[in-house]
Amino acid sequence: MGQKIERDHQRFRKLVRGKVKSNLSKYISRGEMIGKKGNDLVSIPLPQIEMPQFRYGNKGSGGVGQGDGQVGQPLGPGQGEPSSGAGDQPGGHILEVELTMEEMAQILGEELALPRIEPRGKKNIVTTRDKYTGIRQAGPESLRHFKRTFKRALRRQIASQAYDPLIPIVVPIRQDKQYRSWKDVQLPQSVAVLIYMMDVSGSMTDEQKEIVRIEAFWIDTWIKAHYKGVETAYIIHDAAAQEVDEHTFYHTRESGGTKISSAYILADKIISARYPPDQWNIYAFHFSDGDNWSDDTTHCLEILQEKLLPRLNLFGYGQVESPYGSGEFYEYVHELLGDRPNVVCSRIPDREAILGSIKEFLGTGR
Amino acid sequence: MDTPYDTTLPPHLRSLKEEIEGYARGYGLDFYETIFEVIDAEDLNEIAAYGGFPTRYPHWSFGMSYEELRKGYDYGLSKIYEMVINNDPCYAYLMRSNHTVDQKLVMAHVYGHCDFFKNNAYFGHTNRKMMDEMANHGARIRHYVERFGEDEVEAFLDRCMSIDDLIDVHSTAIRRREPVSRYDFTPEQDDSAETRATRFKSKDYMDDYINPRDLLKKEEEERRKAKEQISRSFPERPEKDVLLFLIENAPLKNWQRDVLEIVRDEAYYFAPQGMTKVANEGWASYWHSTIMTQKAMSPSEVIDFADHHSGTMAVSRGRINPYKLGIELLRDIEHRWNTGKFGKEYEECDDLEKKRKWDKQLGLGRQKIFEVRRIHNDITFIDTFLTPEFCVQHNMFAFAWQEQAGNYFIESRDFEKIKQRLLFSLTNFGKPWIYVVDGNFRNRGELLLKHQHTGVELRLDHAAETLTNLQFLWGRPVHLQTLVEGKPTMLSFDGTEHSTKTGGETDEPKRNPGKTR
Repeated sequence: MGQKIERDHQRFRKLVRGKVKSNLSKYISRGEMIGKKGNDLVSIPLPQIEMPQFRYGNKGSGGVGQGDGQVGQPLGPGQGEPSSGAGDQPGGHILEVELTMEEMAQILGEELALPRIEPRGKKNIVTTRDKYTGIRQAGPESLRHFKRTFKRALRRQIASQAYDPLIPIVVPIRQDKQYRSWKDVQLPQSVAVLIYMMDVSGSMTDEQKEIVRIEAFWIDTWIKAHYKGVETAYIIHDAAAQEVDEHTFYHTRESGGTKISSAYILADKIISARYPPDQWNIYAFHFSDGDNWSDDTTHCLEILQEKLLPRLNLFGYGQVESPYGSGEFYEYVHELLGDRPNVVCSRIPDREAILGSIKEFLGTGR
Repeated sequence: MDTPYDTTLPPHLRSLKEEIEGYARGYGLDFYETIFEVIDAEDLNEIAAYGGFPTRYPHWSFGMSYEELRKGYDYGLSKIYEMVINNDPCYAYLMRSNHTVDQKLVMAHVYGHCDFFKNNAYFGHTNRKMMDEMANHGARIRHYVERFGEDEVEAFLDRCMSIDDLIDVHSTAIRRREPVSRYDFTPEQDDSAETRATRFKSKDYMDDYINPRDLLKKEEEERRKAKEQISRSFPERPEKDVLLFLIENAPLKNWQRDVLEIVRDEAYYFAPQGMTKVANEGWASYWHSTIMTQKAMSPSEVIDFADHHSGTMAVSRGRINPYKLGIELLRDIEHRWNTGKFGKEYEECDDLEKKRKWDKQLGLGRQKIFEVRRIHNDITFIDTFLTPEFCVQHNMFAFAWQEQAGNYFIESRDFEKIKQRLLFSLTNFGKPWIYVVDGNFRNRGELLLKHQHTGVELRLDHAAETLTNLQFLWGRPVHLQTLVEGKPTMLSFDGTEHSTKTGGETDEPKRNPGKTR
């Protein structure tokens, strides 16, 4: 690589990382780190600084395309970029690669040198599945084995000299018919539940939530690669805790104080009610900026040590750095580290630290 | 040229080059000497990031393109096949790792481009020593960086690049006004011939009756007033070349003016490539396909050629592929002029069957497409040669934005609509038309720009930021007249805050309604 582009590239990287003071920072779009989960598409982060220029908005815009489709039919997302004429700029800003979630988890594992998770010893839940393995003489017509049936019919007709190769008609009779048969197979299944807890008190900003979102996505991906049937539960808390759906989890912004114990109590309740630990591998991750009511902290640690930790595969505490939080809670959880093998904590000051933090969380191989 | 790359053409490529060049000349293509340089993918990405000029001035935006190109290449999503520079001699780059058949294809394609660069009217004005000029630009900007500091120069470049599309691409062909010299200090002549009133010929003793004094005086007065009005409006006519207007009139430091001139020069140099994307790529593709299939390809290369050719021609629903549109239109023209499917007689024929079998064996196709490549840009190209049959055959449709759903939907398959959308997307590079209307707005030295509304509204966040940059260059408050949600609106930035005013066009009585078009 030439030195020139190296310099320009470094300069660009510095701008994107905000290491250079510049009024460009507001134009930085980070591309997406996470793609569409459903279509197994992953996008590669491609930070861009968009130069402001006079340009058309969406309203009233359009263009020309080629292909099938009825008038009135919408174009898929990402299609139909109003071609900015014949400009020489390349199109979209996000590169997309088709990857399966397994491949992604594998890449993640390789990248971070993660150990494989060893599910708890128990063959937890046993499911029964039908497996078509054998053949029998009777059964419903829908399960008739066409090839075998006609083979038998042909064999019978030849044997009985009823078959004329010039008029090759084969008619199976009752005795020729063969049906597939199935066996019940017992499949041991390992199941896991992920409980995410997040502090949504006033001190958590959007940036912090984005960090939590990215981190949670990768944890999800990794754990899903090791278990079948992963369930997730989301808890948000400020001074009180509530269980919410995924969307709310990432988009709520509350204000007010922080009482971490409320989330732990709720997590404990959810586990007792829905995920008995003898059947489930339970992972709990808590993200917060480390601010807590001071008299609540002892209570938290009590619940954690007595109720939660004995039942969890892993408890992860991630502390994002916010301008408001004191960050003292980290110290308390950190003290647990020695006695409890299933506790990890990690500090995530900025996006750059996400990878390292994922490694800390998942590096235990539990 | 001082380059760190090893670009020598290996012997097998040299003989290939001679072979392909021979074919190209045989078909009547006419081009400058073309120099092929063989480089690695990484270097190719670097040069492509610089728009083809390894000697370009330093700026982070090239680093940004580089990252995009490199990631695209590394993840196997995109690959640059060909890159060719409009210059005399033409420079073209070959990727070292490409297979021989690809190199052939690229060479054939490149000769198509070189011919287009040399012969198309819209490239007539471009500097054919741009490689050297770019190096000079680079040296000048580096010099400024050393003198005034990287942050300062970069910040200024950012502002210039934010408005580098505000040029008047047709000004290279039409002289709209005499160039203004900054060193011309001769006082303006009160040209009496223009202001003098009409006098009719008359004999002395009749003069008082034929040319009555007070009438003459009145007329003279009127004319002087009209002229004053014109000279007071500044610029005299709405100026589309905003960059030129700023260079001539904005209170810039010398180095800033120079940087702005560099940005403008390069914008004009690249403009024809944007204006002729469809025709140019179509032309080059037409020739790579013709040369490869008729001359250069060996039987064992058919599959690879077909694979790569079809890759280039791939169509997607949401976007027109200029390569595909261009080559198909050219082939269509060639076919129509070979068979005589044009002109009044053909147009007026009602018998579809007869029309289908129409063949007057004119054989004018080749000649016609050579004419097309000489005189057309994309807009005239499509305007002249896009036919309803072509749109049907290529399954084209127009799409439009729907506000409620927040996506694009197929709007129509009517020829008129398709053509209109297509031409719109090519007009002024698909960018809004912005003019300088008044450089002394409200008689306070403020800058008034007007967006000539053509049905699509501006993106307001971008418009506001761009105004900020303009304000920095102009030094005084800047205003932009446009329509927002159908209402005339004035966006302003006075150096500290943005304001938006909806309603009447300006708060000043309209001076010259005819002028602002």
